[in-house]
Amino acid sequence: MTATIWWTIVGCTVVTAIIKGIGPVALGGRTIPPRLTGVIALMAPALLAALVITSTFAVGDRWHVGAHTVGVAAAGVVLVRRGPVIVAVVVAVAVTAGLRAVA
Amino acid sequence: MSPTSRPGEDDRSASLRAGFRAGLPYAAVGFLLSMSFGILARDSGFSAEAAIVMSATVFAGSAQFAAVSILASGGTTAAAVAAAALMNSRFLPMGIAIGPSMPGRAPWRAAQGQAIVDASWAMANRGDGRFDRWFLFGSTAPQYVTWIGGTVLGALGGDLFDDPSRYGLDAIYPTFFLALVITEIKDRTTAAIALVGGLLALSLVEVAPAGLPVLAASLVALWGLRRGRAAG
Repeated sequence: MTATIWWTIVGCTVVTAIIKGIGPVALGGRTIPPRLTGVIALMAPALLAALVITSTFAVGDRWHVGAHTVGVAAAGVVLVRRGPVIVAVVVAVAVTAGLRAVA
Repeated sequence: MSPTSRPGEDDRSASLRAGFRAGLPYAAVGFLLSMSFGILARDSGFSAEAAIVMSATVFAGSAQFAAVSILASGGTTAAAVAAAALMNSRFLPMGIAIGPSMPGRAPWRAAQGQAIVDASWAMANRGDGRFDRWFLFGSTAPQYVTWIGGTVLGALGGDLFDDPSRYGLDAIYPTFFLALVITEIKDRTTAAIALVGGLLALSLVEVAPAGLPVLAASLVALWGLRRGRAAG
């Protein structure tokens, strides 16, 4: 198990470094065609929303709505009202834990 | 700074400082996230040293959680690394987007790319197709420090928490990204792209391997080809 763990760490380190390095190595310092700037500008909302929605409405590879869904929604109210990120996180954790305590 | 001017030393340090300040809230949240990672890793048979080294060298939360979960359920090294690669596949389009803003020789460009983490990348986006790389470096620095710090606390003090999910720590990760996406939604187009990207990913969750649904969402950004031409 120990060797498995360490080889996994080495493997994860290498693939992560390669994935993060490919774009800058391939495209570093180039000027981007104007048509692509529109695509680049839209990548953040698309990727980040996918991370939010898949982690809020699914657990692992199954759709799942639970206490944490409510906690994240409560945090969303804080964030939309321009509350600080750390407050939103505290609200998310408190609501989720609270619901689980009474469930 | 106009898009055509070369950044001077003053601009660099101003960007570094602005990035550092903007990164602090995410560094605080990252501390809690990596603490829950440290706890999970120990529960999954990792030594404290292994958990801490993994955070220091991989520095990518979703990939670390995925790899550890797979080992814990009896999976092989290959399966764990493949899952981590898929979780991190979103850094490929992120790196392609920020690549043109990272000049220098190839090894130095590859090194700069290592500073790409979700929050820094999103905040360094100037919205005109260019990124402020010094802002990115400034923002990633505190996040890296607290990522390791939280892991140390979770790995060494994790016995205090028997079951992290009972404490609602699993709500931190989606909240972290929710805070980021809200700052990215600036108009109807970005709102629609976020909604469609999110729903596309969710529709793939049950049928595609973990990580791929999020990568697939980046395809929705191709809508910008239309917009880019209209803008000029």
